[in-house]
Amino acid sequence: MENLILGGVEFSSRLFLGTGKFSCNEVMRKAIIASGTNMVTLAMKRVDLNNSDDEMLHHVMADGIRLLPNTSGVRNADEAVFAAQMSREAFGTNWLKLEIHPDPRYLLPDSVETLKATEKLAKMGFIVLPYCQADPVLCRQLEEAGAAAVMPLAAPIGTNRGLQTKDFIRIIIEQAGVPVVVDAGLGAPSHAAEAMEMGASACLVNTAIAVAENPVAMAEAFAMAVKAGRMAYEAGVAAPVTSGNAVASSPLTSFLND
Amino acid sequence: MFSEELEKYPWKETTERIMSKTEADVLRALSKDHCDLDDFMALISPAASKYIEQMAQLSRRYTLERFGKTISMFVPLYLTNSCMNGCVYCGFHSENPMKRTILTYDEMVNEFKAIKKLAPFENILMVTGENPAKAGVPYLAKSLDLAKEYFSSLKLEVMPLKMEEYRELTEHGLTGVICFQETYNRERYKIYHPRGMKSNFEWRVNAFDRMGEAGVHTIGMGVLIGLEDWRTDCTMMALHLRYLQKHYWKCKYSVNFPRMRRAENGGFEPNVIMSDRELAQLTFAMRIFDHDVDISYSTRELPAFRDNMCTLGVTTMSAGSKTEPGGYFSYPQTLEQFHVSDERSAAEVDAAIRAAGREPVYKDWDLILQ
Repeated sequence: MENLILGGVEFSSRLFLGTGKFSCNEVMRKAIIASGTNMVTLAMKRVDLNNSDDEMLHHVMADGIRLLPNTSGVRNADEAVFAAQMSREAFGTNWLKLEIHPDPRYLLPDSVETLKATEKLAKMGFIVLPYCQADPVLCRQLEEAGAAAVMPLAAPIGTNRGLQTKDFIRIIIEQAGVPVVVDAGLGAPSHAAEAMEMGASACLVNTAIAVAENPVAMAEAFAMAVKAGRMAYEAGVAAPVTSGNAVASSPLTSFLND
Repeated sequence: MFSEELEKYPWKETTERIMSKTEADVLRALSKDHCDLDDFMALISPAASKYIEQMAQLSRRYTLERFGKTISMFVPLYLTNSCMNGCVYCGFHSENPMKRTILTYDEMVNEFKAIKKLAPFENILMVTGENPAKAGVPYLAKSLDLAKEYFSSLKLEVMPLKMEEYRELTEHGLTGVICFQETYNRERYKIYHPRGMKSNFEWRVNAFDRMGEAGVHTIGMGVLIGLEDWRTDCTMMALHLRYLQKHYWKCKYSVNFPRMRRAENGGFEPNVIMSDRELAQLTFAMRIFDHDVDISYSTRELPAFRDNMCTLGVTTMSAGSKTEPGGYFSYPQTLEQFHVSDERSAAEVDAAIRAAGREPVYKDWDLILQ
């Protein structure tokens, strides 16, 4: 399996993990390890930014794992830019998962503000990974604005509904010049495998792992699915046979034989 | 304003609508992904009582999906028991000849420090009586300024304010406001609240619109269970929640179901007693109705009940609470507003939540996001 290059960094795992919703920090840590991930995202609001011994932060940090702070909680571009600066200072990284969701109910990303913030943050030297709608035009604009990757949602956060936006993600993958990380809504390893078979660069999973009966085993299952999906993509997934491949009994082009 | 919307739902007809719900209505509600107000009525109706296990399963599932295996923790701090209102059910009412306390700023800071020793609380709910002259907006603004140094999420349970006042307090770090409507029964409301600003039903019920307009981040609602028919009151609250979500979509909402207990020592005798089973049914119904609303349980509830409910729909809990002003440090012996049923220490509640397989989350907000 090819390694993923994102933001100039090489990742051997194409599975990224979210760190919310776990029953305790120990289980979260074990799930992170079991997933083999190289990058985890962490909500800044969950961490005491003035305390380097913060318990959650302590459980997330491990060798070979890059921290991707996220801006969950901000409602517009200005708040996101401010939070990003605080994040850079507190965590010592310019990597950022940009999340702007003014709607606290469904946590759907605000496309207008996300685009504005991406542009500003990229100019300020951040490696910006924006969580966004599965909107192919928006993803192109985010790329032009300097996003290091795009992170379209598969379904609303936490719903475990899988690739509800499949048709649009397919177009985004086809058009993207930056990695496409499918984020939010992946509920089962098969969903992740499907996204990877389509050519997604990586998947980000949180709820499906955190709320599983056995989060550690589920993390491993997702890791295997992501790897299998990617290998299948690289090997060339066979196209399904459709009626379009069958030969009609009364060919429309028989006249061409004359 | 919501008071106009509420007029479309006459009390008596709403009660009859709830009580006429059948098992078929309950089953229809249980089969839906997204319930409407009629479904909510069915789920809290007597017809749903026999489906409580199915309701618990669904409630648990939706809570896990949206909130994961976590419980948000908060701690209340009563700033004052000085109050100009005459709520007939409240120990702090203005005619009770008790000693009144308004915490000084120094006392407040001592309370903050004492609270921080109990558990790593970051989410504080500061509670006041209604005394605008002595504990009005300037006092609250200063309280928020002081609390900022110790906590990352600052909420107030405070009398209804003007929109500009909510906005002003937001600039001092206010993240949320809790206001209990007590009852949505407009006629009967006046009997319980005969005097003071609180006797104005419209001013109170429309306070939530003003919070929304002011951009308060979290809006907490609640009815006091024990005054009027709880099913009708909670239906009105569900209606109010939907109304607010539609109009003020950037706000986060939480609901509370504080229930009164039978009076001791000749206090106010509740008109309605809600059983544990009924409170559980209501909690499940609210979660099935709204997958995302925060459902908060205070220490009014008994330990065993709280421990069981913390995996089934409840998402926020208080612990180690004192319901008298200065109860953590300055005046530990003054009169409580209500009797705390869960008297365990914050550490014991923390351990019980962990034993139930849930992570107590103390910090889930940062003032840099303000």
